[in-house]
Amino acid sequence: MSLPRFTLHRLWAIVLKEFIQMKRDRVTFVMMVGIPLMQLMMFGFAINSDPRHLPTALRLGDQGPFTRTLVQALRTSDYFSIIHETSSESDAQRLLQIGDAQFVINIPEDFSRKLLRGERPTVLIEADASDPAATGPALASINALANTIFNRDLPGPLTRLRAKNGPVDFRIHAHYNPENITQYNVVPGLMGVVLTMTMVIITALAITRERERGTMENLLATPVRPFEVMVGKILPYIAVGYIQVTLILIAARFIFHVPMVGSLPLLYAVAFLFIAANLAVGITFSTLAKNQLQAVQMAFFFFLPSILLSGFMFPFRGMPPWAQNVGSCLPNTHFLRIVRGILLKGNGLAEIAPELWPLLAFLVVAMAIGVKRYRQTLD
Amino acid sequence: MAAIEKELAIDVTGVTKRFGDKTVVDAINLSVRRGEIYGFLGPNGSGKTTFIRMLCGLLTPDAGSGTCLGFDVRTQQAEIKRHVGYMTQKFSYYEDLSIRENLDFIARIYAVPDRAAAVQRSLERLGLTHRSHQLAGQLSGGWKQRLALAACLIHEPKLLLLDEPTAGVDPKARREFWDEIHQLAAGGLTVLITTHYMDEAERCHRLAYLAYGHLLTRGTLADVLATAKLTTWRVTGPDLLNLAATLRRQSGVEQVVAFGNTLHVSGRDPARLSTVITTLRDPRHDWQPIASGLEDVFISLMDEAKDNFS
Repeated sequence: MSLPRFTLHRLWAIVLKEFIQMKRDRVTFVMMVGIPLMQLMMFGFAINSDPRHLPTALRLGDQGPFTRTLVQALRTSDYFSIIHETSSESDAQRLLQIGDAQFVINIPEDFSRKLLRGERPTVLIEADASDPAATGPALASINALANTIFNRDLPGPLTRLRAKNGPVDFRIHAHYNPENITQYNVVPGLMGVVLTMTMVIITALAITRERERGTMENLLATPVRPFEVMVGKILPYIAVGYIQVTLILIAARFIFHVPMVGSLPLLYAVAFLFIAANLAVGITFSTLAKNQLQAVQMAFFFFLPSILLSGFMFPFRGMPPWAQNVGSCLPNTHFLRIVRGILLKGNGLAEIAPELWPLLAFLVVAMAIGVKRYRQTLD
Repeated sequence: MAAIEKELAIDVTGVTKRFGDKTVVDAINLSVRRGEIYGFLGPNGSGKTTFIRMLCGLLTPDAGSGTCLGFDVRTQQAEIKRHVGYMTQKFSYYEDLSIRENLDFIARIYAVPDRAAAVQRSLERLGLTHRSHQLAGQLSGGWKQRLALAACLIHEPKLLLLDEPTAGVDPKARREFWDEIHQLAAGGLTVLITTHYMDEAERCHRLAYLAYGHLLTRGTLADVLATAKLTTWRVTGPDLLNLAATLRRQSGVEQVVAFGNTLHVSGRDPARLSTVITTLRDPRHDWQPIASGLEDVFISLMDEAKDNFS
């Protein structure tokens, strides 16, 4: 009599046991349902590779009827959302620099006159092209606009002014990334993504591991203070974070030839805030997770929106308002803008300040939750 | 430091801890003298570990008060932690650190003066010198226990709290461990130790028995046996299995335990037990009154407690 190689009842015993264990681990169960739902929401509703309603600043040198037509056409187009009108060039430049405006459209002083004379006035469109994906579709729409925009304003004898290549010469000046090289945008962005992934997972695991292996009880029985444990656990990983930053910068410079216009010391200083914010998230997760698997799942839960809703993979402005709001709560969103701002635009402290505050606020909140949760686990 | 020199290392009254609506430790009073080895016994889940955690400052009691090494258990937890060595039930040092690295880490945490020498002394005293570079995770149960003891002694604590330190350790290693504990106690260290082994309980100066969060008895071995008022008879003869089954059905018989070819029959009421024995007497069986063992006493206490508290 030989034993059968395979029996259903043994297989069923294993299957049944796995289901029971799955049911017991609530966090894993929630994640198994939650992560697909989250991906569905983000890919289905939030992500849009044809961003519209991009913030646009107008610099008006001319107030004539043709200008009004042009502005009206821009307004009614889906792509441009005029947020600011100014006559000052430095004002407009600043909006572009800090990232409040994606485009600045300059209408020259003699616009109407030149148009009537058939001289094809030049309208300069300055674009923040650091993310080519964000500006591409909008700029393409301009050319389509150019040919038809004044058809109603130039009737009868003026028809001749509808020149072959349009009555207006739209010139596009792509700032910060004139050759539209995707890597210039992706590689600096990668810094935020890599740091988010490793920092959150590493710290979440480091503390959960102590609890899972029982070493935490021992540690708590010694005179060591919770704050000492937390900071002591964070510091080595801050060093790891800086090594990652340096590796990415070296690769960006020598492999991808990403321009580095701004100050690297400033970037390193700001990176501290970002690394600390991610480590604080990791610590908070570690106080919530019962085991290392749960810690990794929570880190993944945080990582997913950090990659998809931050503007790393898809243009931030292409997303609906709710997704932008979610994205704005994530430290990676702000850090991406800072890194791209410093490297590609040469931004200084004044220009990145609007992104620093949310980062700092996030750090404080995450740290407070982490410390509070950690203290509670003592009793 | 003057407080530490007091006669009582542990002196607590009414210590209570609740988790949710479950009272895990219910109004326990305990005094342990300096240099004493105090055994803490009780079934699993009786509140021993929770009580120890309150003594060493890991948990705050919900009610009750008292001192540990002269420090208030409610407010001076930081001081207590500095002078207490706590050995957890589960091995709780770093398996991916070597023996020496573990000891060095703990010595740093306690800011032990002349750390390198203290680590070396500790390795030598416990016979771990030749294994000092081995990873703690690769050690067998007995060696892990030695490491844990070395680690919780490195800052020269005044009180040692040991939570089932010898679970899963072989008899020889256990005996060596207890010799070490007795030497430490002779040197003035106070030791509170939990165990499930009766032979270990008998090696303690004094004992306490805990069940359902209540302290059921305490004192020296002789005290505990005397106050239990348990009568035990030993039966030898044929067909003990049937006799045991019959005895268990009789009121007045609390415990019927088989020991090889004999049965131990115990009860709290000697008269009723005698009556039962008389009615069941069979000439083939030999009945002898014997002294109750510690285990019989504890099981009797637990059964009694079950009626009272659960």
